[in-house]
Amino acid sequence: MKHYTLGEFEELVLLMVAALHDEAYGVAILEALEEKLNKKLNISAIHVALKRIEDKGFVKSRFGGITEDRGGRRKKFYVITALGKRMLDTQYELRNSIYKQIPKISFS
Amino acid sequence: MNPPKRALAFLRWFCREDYLEEIEGDLTEIFVKQSQSSPHQAKWKFTWSVIRYFRPGFIRAFRNVNQSAYGMYISYFKIGWRNLLRNQGYSFINIFGLALGMTVAMLIGLWVYDELSYNTYHKNYDQIAQVWVGGTDPETQEIVGHIAVQQPAAFALKNNYSHYFKHVVLAWWPGDNTLSLGDRKFIRHGQFIEAASLEMFSLDMLQGSYNSLNDMHSIILSRSTAEAIFGKDDPMNKTLKIDNRMEVQVTGVYEDIPRNSKFGDLKFFAPWPLWVTVMPWIKQSETNWDNRSFNIYVQLQPGIQMEEANAAVYDFYFKNLPKDLLKQAEKWKGFMQLLPMNTWHLYSELKNGKPTTGRIVFVWLFGSAGGFVLLLACINFINLSTARSEKRAKETGVRKAVGSMKSQLVAQFLSESFLVVVVAFILAAGFTTLSLSWFNELADKDISIPFSNPVFWSIVMIFIFITGFMAGLYPAFYLSSFQPVKVLKGAFRSGRLAALPRKILVVVQYTVSVMLIIGTIVVYQQIQHARNRPAGYDRESMISFMMTDPAFKGKQEVARQELFNTGMVEEVAFSSSPLTQVWSSAGGFSWQGKDPAKDTDFDLCYVSHTFGEAVKWKLVQGKDFDLEHDYDSSAIIITESAAQYMNLDNPVGELITHEEDKIRYHIVGVVKDVIMGSPYEPVKQTFFIQNRYDYSNIHIRLKQGTGTAEAVAKVERVFKQIVPTASIDYRFADDAYSYKFSQEERIGKLSGIFAVLAIVISSLGLFGLASFVAEQRTKEMGIRKVLGASVANLWRMLSKDFIILVIISCGIAIPVAYYYMDLWLEKYTYHTGLSWWIFLVTVLGALTLTLLTVSFQAVRAAMMNPVNSLKSE
Repeated sequence: MKHYTLGEFEELVLLMVAALHDEAYGVAILEALEEKLNKKLNISAIHVALKRIEDKGFVKSRFGGITEDRGGRRKKFYVITALGKRMLDTQYELRNSIYKQIPKISFS
Repeated sequence: MNPPKRALAFLRWFCREDYLEEIEGDLTEIFVKQSQSSPHQAKWKFTWSVIRYFRPGFIRAFRNVNQSAYGMYISYFKIGWRNLLRNQGYSFINIFGLALGMTVAMLIGLWVYDELSYNTYHKNYDQIAQVWVGGTDPETQEIVGHIAVQQPAAFALKNNYSHYFKHVVLAWWPGDNTLSLGDRKFIRHGQFIEAASLEMFSLDMLQGSYNSLNDMHSIILSRSTAEAIFGKDDPMNKTLKIDNRMEVQVTGVYEDIPRNSKFGDLKFFAPWPLWVTVMPWIKQSETNWDNRSFNIYVQLQPGIQMEEANAAVYDFYFKNLPKDLLKQAEKWKGFMQLLPMNTWHLYSELKNGKPTTGRIVFVWLFGSAGGFVLLLACINFINLSTARSEKRAKETGVRKAVGSMKSQLVAQFLSESFLVVVVAFILAAGFTTLSLSWFNELADKDISIPFSNPVFWSIVMIFIFITGFMAGLYPAFYLSSFQPVKVLKGAFRSGRLAALPRKILVVVQYTVSVMLIIGTIVVYQQIQHARNRPAGYDRESMISFMMTDPAFKGKQEVARQELFNTGMVEEVAFSSSPLTQVWSSAGGFSWQGKDPAKDTDFDLCYVSHTFGEAVKWKLVQGKDFDLEHDYDSSAIIITESAAQYMNLDNPVGELITHEEDKIRYHIVGVVKDVIMGSPYEPVKQTFFIQNRYDYSNIHIRLKQGTGTAEAVAKVERVFKQIVPTASIDYRFADDAYSYKFSQEERIGKLSGIFAVLAIVISSLGLFGLASFVAEQRTKEMGIRKVLGASVANLWRMLSKDFIILVIISCGIAIPVAYYYMDLWLEKYTYHTGLSWWIFLVTVLGALTLTLLTVSFQAVRAAMMNPVNSLKSE
């Protein structure tokens, strides 16, 4: 299997997809991220990241029902795959283990 | 509140289809939310976001922009091409037949174009006319007339009608003249004409100007002639001699006039006044209203219509004739008319004084023949495609089941037919180019394919279009109307009715071919008939030429003696006109027992006393001229038809008086009619008058058994000695006589070729059909054979259908051909009959050809081993 890496923004988006679970679609992810990061993002950036992680197999997508406020367009919902979850786990463990190696030094 | 339209359209244009819905939806959602607080900003944001999507990964593949339509057409042609390759035999018949048909149509098209553009080289084409004068014959009530006009008429037209005519130009008849530069002599066709003609005929002057003929001793040469005479030297201001008696200076050179012009064969123009100086009688006839010998061309004033001018000159004679001649004009109801330039060639024959027919008949004839041959080729295509439709039926069914609409199937089959037509056209263009020089020789033309002419290409496009549609339309609609359910179930059978149109088309093909063949045979028969007509003299081994050089004067007896001395010559004679033309005719004769009210009209030929001996005419009564007895008396020999015309049973010894000249002739003999004019017309009553002065033609009968080439060389040597200045343009009598048939022979040859091509194309089609039928009935034949049918049985069975069709065609073609050929023959006074054997031969020929064509396939199918044919599939 090809070894895929995950960029920083991609990781954030993947995390958010996982966090939002069944409610993750473009605008929802955007708004949630904006709130967490406290800065304005462009929807195109979200889409680019989503398409990349979907290509890498970390998420899969499906179309939802038609809603009025989207001009009759269906939402596309993203769900994290097992592979994606594993990826997040390894990332988390990696960071955690390195983080633990940091000596207890006071910075204050 | 809607998102900005332009940005949305842009997004839709570039974005991948599988991403579009999601992106558009998300963008819209954000837009809607935002536009509640600040609509303006929302719009900007939307647009900005769209632009940010314009990046790799989101832009769709643009290669397949027109994917649907474009790919469809590519597929059509691909399928079409594969079909052509799979059935090479049929494709060959289709394409080759169509290419042949198109070649014929193209050649004929070029020919027709050439005929229709006759004389249009001249810029003033619409304004030029020739003067024609005529009247009503008081005896027959027929309108008769001629383009030979009196000289004073030209002066009157110039003076009294100048508000109608910009130019009035007097001209002599074009003729062969000798141009000499030192000892070198060139015989060239040229015309003596008034100076304004250069501007009138809009000659393309390479050197000199439209004023170049203003000086009396001038001449202008065509470029080819100037090059032939002077080579690379500048011809301007060089001195030439015309007929060794007119000294002229070259004052201009013009580009050769193309051959499809009345003046196309003229290689020089010389001034009219010069001609008058060497022809004193012309000077004398300047005021003579009795002498009609001259050509007058006119060009209209700008703004004047031909009809106006024509109406104005109609009563010309009553306004301009001197008083004493008015009575005669009234008796003849004399009138003048203008023949516009566009009638000179295509409508050269006048019926009752009106230009009605002429070459236009052949333009129609060949035009329709070309159309027919093309039609035959198209019919082949139609027949073969519909006949083979069963093979394609499955394909059509599948296409329909998958969702092709009828219009798409029609388009598919049409595009296939266009493929064939385009391939055929390329072939045809090749054939045409290759055969053009041969065709030019045959048709006596100078045609080239105008490849650089946009008009030509647009005609070609239209031509391809029409042929493609004609050939493809019926198969397209027929094939696309199949019902897919039936076809796919295998229940599809083209029944009896399906074959009916095909049969009708075969009948049409053969009807046209048979008619063309009958026509060709009749044309040949008519030519042969006229050829076999007794000419009244012996055309073998006799040469004649015109003595234009003044040096001949007084040398005739010497020449005759010297010619005898060569030992090669049997007799020498002189006459006033050549044997193949009548140059003069006269009326005003009276004889004993003549009806005094009758106006007389005879062709006249002045001859030397040896004339009869030389041409070997056939005496019926009396005796030939005899120098000793008839030296002073004016002896005359008349033809049989003249004796009949004069109603004399025993004409020998009778006296004929010319009322005005008071000359008396006595008839010494009667000869069989001598054909000098058209071999298709009855011979006019002719007088041969013995005369000792006015000769312009010499006839030399060579001794039988001597080598012609040797004899001619010796004759030439004699004239070189006696008249060294003259150039001798001799002709053999039989050649000159044959020339009378050239027009009809050309038509015979052309129609023969078209008929052969028509039958070849029809046979090709029949061959294809027969092979198809044989293939279709392979199984049936196998079973029949197993059950005991013989090869002959099967052969008869397969051939019968086609033979019946051909017999039906003959049944239609024969009456129609009979009607039209009868009409055509009626045109000739001296014509052959339509004998039954022509039709019989044609029918037998058509049947034999059909049998041969069909039998090849039938026998092959019948010989097949039934084991193989039943096993197949």
